[in-house]
Amino acid sequence: MNLTKYERDALDGKKGEALELAYRILVATGEATSADNLTPITWAHISGVNYNTIGDAGKDFLSKFSETAKVNVMTTTNPTGFDIDNIDTYDLDDEFIIKQQDINNAYKKIGAIQSFSCIPYELFDTTKNTQVAFAESNAAIHANSEDDLQTNKESAFSALASAITGKSINTDIRKNMDHAKLSITTKLENQNELTCGLLGFFAGDISSCSVININGLYKQNISETKSLCSGLGTSSQCIKYTLNKQCGNIEKITFDKNDLHVIYDKLNTADRGDIIVLGSPQLGLSELINLSNMLKNKKFKKKCMIFCPRLIKNTIKQQGYLDKLQNAGCEIHADCCICFTPLLTNKKIDSVITNSVKGAYYLKKENKITSNLKPLSQILQDETI
Amino acid sequence: MKFVVNGTFKGKIIKSNVPINFLSDIDRKKGFFKDTEHNLFNTSIKDKILVFPYGIGSSVGAYIIYSLYTHNVSPIAMICKKADLIVASGCAIANIPLVILCNDEYNKLHTDMIITINELNNLII
Repeated sequence: MNLTKYERDALDGKKGEALELAYRILVATGEATSADNLTPITWAHISGVNYNTIGDAGKDFLSKFSETAKVNVMTTTNPTGFDIDNIDTYDLDDEFIIKQQDINNAYKKIGAIQSFSCIPYELFDTTKNTQVAFAESNAAIHANSEDDLQTNKESAFSALASAITGKSINTDIRKNMDHAKLSITTKLENQNELTCGLLGFFAGDISSCSVININGLYKQNISETKSLCSGLGTSSQCIKYTLNKQCGNIEKITFDKNDLHVIYDKLNTADRGDIIVLGSPQLGLSELINLSNMLKNKKFKKKCMIFCPRLIKNTIKQQGYLDKLQNAGCEIHADCCICFTPLLTNKKIDSVITNSVKGAYYLKKENKITSNLKPLSQILQDETI
Repeated sequence: MKFVVNGTFKGKIIKSNVPINFLSDIDRKKGFFKDTEHNLFNTSIKDKILVFPYGIGSSVGAYIIYSLYTHNVSPIAMICKKADLIVASGCAIANIPLVILCNDEYNKLHTDMIITINELNNLII
């Protein structure tokens, strides 16, 4: 990979320890992907915030790294472990809280915005057709496919390195030179956010392509798009989808009712749930307003935990929707999300009801909690009075 | 053959036929496959040469590779047939040699086989 004199000096340690490490990461990832050089970015989105994901090794690494590192571009952060507003209601041990706060403080110290959100594309604006570096997989796929931005599917370390250097490796995806090598035609009878999530998981599960094309989706709403991105990001290396493109001579497959059932049976691991969980990816403003409207004159029969960014929680509070949602039985948790949450343990809960494919996947694998997957419309029909 | 993270090594292979999601598949403190649905469930990767197609899923998988290193349960090297940023950056920080092989070379490798990568970057089976 071609490096400038400054980049080579930084790699040789002449610009300090943090930059040396950051360039070491960029060069390794550049070699891995045969990137030509490094390219400037305007925004980095970092994963590896929740203590449950990075553990003591990650916490100690960040603590040391933050002694000398400073971000060089706008840097936002993925969800943390809990909502500080609700801390008294959680059954968290002090050790977890202290360690999580150490991680949060390390990111603050390097200058990252404590956005604690996996949907940065709903919270921050940037110029279209801009190079960014997003580590959260659903956000990276959303950026490339829906937002006219270009990013690699960064790792937690490569996005951190990009935040510190203001650069990322210049791969084919950044140059719009990576094209679909698989085209999937969907034959879904009832498209909703759950079936879109299952389609995404299916596509990622059967293919190692970086880019796929999807035919046959109706105009997706925000929830369906987010579910597609997160399903795809959970099961694959995929970094981008295109919609309804003529793809020429590439592999073509269909996604029909039978395929849908196979993936559903793989991820739907319960026929009931103790509680309802919504928000992986976190719910955005329009989704919460829609939910509030759908819950008019209704109330959940079970506890319903909703995960969203703090910026959104503050906005719905100002607009009066927070009260409405809480009156309908919703608990609103800011800054955190379903995946790897310490707020759900199998000591208290066997199973949840959710519409999130990504949430169901990680709850089963990590929290040992099973999921009953249903679209939101069905959840509201079955679980409210 | 391409070296992403350089190093010489000799050891016994453990091969996963499916891509690895480090965050959900591997126990970061003990260094074994923790996913009950994985065909290598409960198998240790410590001091082995971990061979797998490529990494998938969460970007935080890179921290799991680093954690394996800090807990002294990491593989001595990794070999993939397709590079990805999660595995490359994790191995770079943890100083675990990472090699990318073409399909033909990759397909020759099997669990329990002993291989060497020498100073001349030659693969000896």
